[in-house]
Amino acid sequence: MSTPLILLVLAIFAIVCYVVGTRRALAIAGGLSFRLHSRQGYYGAFVAICAIVPAAAVLVVWLVASPLYINSTIHDGFPAEVKAQSEAQQGLSFGMVNSLARGMDVLTLEEIDAVGANPAELRSALGAKGVPLAGDPEPWMVASAGDLNAMQKISNRVMTAIVLMVALAGAGLSYVRIAPRFRARNRVEKVILSALVLASSIAIVTTIGIVMSMLTEAGHFFGRVPAWEFFFGTVWDPRFAAAGAGAASDGQFGLIPLLAGTLYIGFVAMLVAVPVGLFSAIYMSEYASPRVRSIAKPLLEVLAGIPTIVYGFFALTSVGPFLRDISAQLHGLATGEYVNFIQAQSVLTAGFVMGIMLIPYVSSLSDDIITAVPRALRDGSLGLGATKSETIKKVVMPAALPGVVGALLMTASRAIGETMIVVLAAGVAARMQLNPFEPMTTVTVKIVSQLTGDLEFTSPQTLVAFALGITLFAITLCLNIYALFIVRKYREQYE
Amino acid sequence: MNMMSEAAVEKALDKKMNDMTYKMIGNDVSVYYGEKRALFDVNLNVRENTVTALIGPSGCGKSTFLRTLNRMNDTIEGCRVTGKITLDGDDIYDKEIDVVELRARVGMVFQKPNPFPKSIYENIAYGPRIHGLARNKADLDQIVEASLQRAGLWTEVKDRLHEGGTGLSGGQQQRLCIARAVAVSPEVILMDEPCSALDPIATAKVEELIHELRANYTIVIVTHSMQQAARVSQRTAMFHLGQLVEENDTDKMFTNPDDQRTQDYIMGRFG
Repeated sequence: MSTPLILLVLAIFAIVCYVVGTRRALAIAGGLSFRLHSRQGYYGAFVAICAIVPAAAVLVVWLVASPLYINSTIHDGFPAEVKAQSEAQQGLSFGMVNSLARGMDVLTLEEIDAVGANPAELRSALGAKGVPLAGDPEPWMVASAGDLNAMQKISNRVMTAIVLMVALAGAGLSYVRIAPRFRARNRVEKVILSALVLASSIAIVTTIGIVMSMLTEAGHFFGRVPAWEFFFGTVWDPRFAAAGAGAASDGQFGLIPLLAGTLYIGFVAMLVAVPVGLFSAIYMSEYASPRVRSIAKPLLEVLAGIPTIVYGFFALTSVGPFLRDISAQLHGLATGEYVNFIQAQSVLTAGFVMGIMLIPYVSSLSDDIITAVPRALRDGSLGLGATKSETIKKVVMPAALPGVVGALLMTASRAIGETMIVVLAAGVAARMQLNPFEPMTTVTVKIVSQLTGDLEFTSPQTLVAFALGITLFAITLCLNIYALFIVRKYREQYE
Repeated sequence: MNMMSEAAVEKALDKKMNDMTYKMIGNDVSVYYGEKRALFDVNLNVRENTVTALIGPSGCGKSTFLRTLNRMNDTIEGCRVTGKITLDGDDIYDKEIDVVELRARVGMVFQKPNPFPKSIYENIAYGPRIHGLARNKADLDQIVEASLQRAGLWTEVKDRLHEGGTGLSGGQQQRLCIARAVAVSPEVILMDEPCSALDPIATAKVEELIHELRANYTIVIVTHSMQQAARVSQRTAMFHLGQLVEENDTDKMFTNPDDQRTQDYIMGRFG
C-alpha cells in the first residue's frame, strides 16, 4: 500500500475505533453515562488514540529508516571497480540506478523481457515512457535497480503489515481496558497536552536551529578572519578577490562603520517615529471619541501592513529626490548657487522613511499600554480637580512609562533589523561620518550585498554575512529581552 | 481632646446642622446614560458639616447622584444631566463654572483605593501642586503632613514618605486617598463606597476618620452597609429605581422611617 493510502486507512480506522469505543463504554455502563468516570466520548477517543498514535509513529520511523538501509545495501552491492571511483562518480551511478528502478516500475513485465539485457534499448524504451536517463545503463545497474525495486516492494509490504498490526493491537488492548472506573479523560487530556507542547516547541526548536546554523557559519568566518578585526575594525572593504589571488587580497571586514550606519539611521528613524507615534497614541487613547478611534486606529495599523519594499520605493522615488531638490533650492536661496547638500540616498532619507514605517508600531503598542492604565487612576486625578492634560502628563504617562519604554525598545530593534528601506534609500558606501545628508550603509544592506552574488560559500566575503547576521541577531535579541523584561515588570504593578 | 469638649463640639455641629445651612442643593436632578434614564427628578439637599449617607439597592442611582455633585459624570461617554445643582448657591452646571475648580472644592474618594503609582509624599502633593496651593517646599511639606495627620495616617507612614503608595495595605491606601482629597482643602468630600474593598478593622478606622472629618468638611457617602450608614451619618437618603424615596435624620430613618420601602430595605426585605 502506498503511504497516503495507509494514512487514509488509519484515519478511517480511528473513526471506527472512536465509535466502537464510545458504544462499548455506554454498553458497559448500561446506557447510563453518569456511571462512567469520564464522558463516553473520551473512551472512544482513548481507543482511537491508542490505535493510531503508535501506528503512525512506526510509520514515520519506517519511512525514514528503510530508505537509508536499502540505499546502503544497494551501495554495498556495487561492483568493486565502481566502489574504487571517486565519491561524486559513485553518486552519479547511484542516481542512475535510482532512475532506472523508477523506470522499471513503469514498464510492464513483457516490455522488460522484450528489452532484455540490452542497455541501449532500455534507455530508449524508458525515454518513450517519459523517464529520461543520463547515459546508457550498464548491465550491473539494471541488476541493482531490480534489487532496489524488490527490496522496496518487500519493505513496503512489511511496513503496511506492521503498521496495521500495531494499529489493531493498540485498538484491541485499549478496547479491553474500557471499564466504568477507567480514567479515560485524564489519558486523553494528557495526549492533547503533549500535542500542544509539541506544537509550541517547534517554534523554539526552529529558533535554536537557526542560531546554531548561523553560529556554525560565523565560526567558519572567524576561522579565516580574527574576531577582533571584525568587531573592532573601522574599515569595511571586502575586496571580491579574483580567483588565484593570495590571502592578502581577502580585504578588511570592519563591523564598526556598518554598525555606526545602522545605529545612526535607526536613531533618525526613532526621532521621527517616537514623537509622532506617541502623540498619536495619546490622542487615540485619551481624546479621540470612540467613533474616531474605531476608524483611525485600523487605518493607522494598515500602515504597519505595507511591505517595507514599498516604503523603499517611496524613499527612492519620492522622498530622496524631494529632499535633494529642496536642499538645492535652499542652498540657492542662501548663496545664489544651486548645489544640493542632501544626497538622494542619505541617512536622512532612509531614517525619515523608516520613521514613517515605525509610527504605527510605536502608536499601536503605546496606545494599548496607555489604555491599560486603570480608569481608577484617571478618576482619582480628575476627582482632585486636575485637568485632562495634567492627568495625562502627571498620572497616566508616568504610570504607562515603563511599558512605553518597552514598546520603544521593541520598535528600535525593528529599526535595526529593517532591510529593504535601507537597501534602497541609504546607499552602499560603508563610511564613518556624522553628516545625516550623506549616504551611509547598514549591517543589513551589507548582508544582502555579500550574499547576492555568485561567490562560493567558503570565501570570507560570503561568510562574513553570517557573522553580521549573528551580530544583528544578538543586538535585537538583547533589545527584545530587555523590552519584555520591562513590560512584564510594569504589568505586575496592576495585578 | 477630653470627653467633655468632644461632646461639646459634637453638639455645636449638630446645632449648625439643624440651622439648615445647605451646602449643596439638588433640584429636579435627572441623569441619562444615552437613552437610559438613571435618575428621576431627585431633590436632595446636602447640609453643611454633616455626613449624608446615600443608601439603596444596587443600580438605584445613588452613585450616579454622588457623581453629579462634582461632575465626575462628565467623564462618562453619553451621560447627560438635567435639573440644577448648586454649591453655595452657584449652579455647578453653569457654563461659567470651571469643572476643575469645582472638583477642587468638591473632592472625591473612590470605591477601590486608587493611589497613583508614585511615592506617598507625591500622592498627597499632587493636588496642591496642580492647584498651586504651596508657595515653596516647606509649605508643601506642611500640607502633606497636615493632610496625613487628618487622615490618621501620619504616624504609620512618616518614616517612609518616599516609598511607593501602592505598597501600603488596602486600608492605608484608602486613607491615603482620603488624605489626598483633603490636601486640596475641599469643602465637600464625596465618598463612593469607600470601605467596600476593606476588611472590618480598616473599615472601622476609615469610619472613625469620616466621623472626625465632619468637623471641617461636608461629607456625602454612598454605602451598601446599613450599619455603616447608621454609624457615620447624621442624615440618610434612600434611593430606589432611580428615585429618591426618603431623606431624613439617620436616627429616625433607622427607627421609624416615613416610607414603607425604606422600612423594607432596612429590614432586609429587598435589595
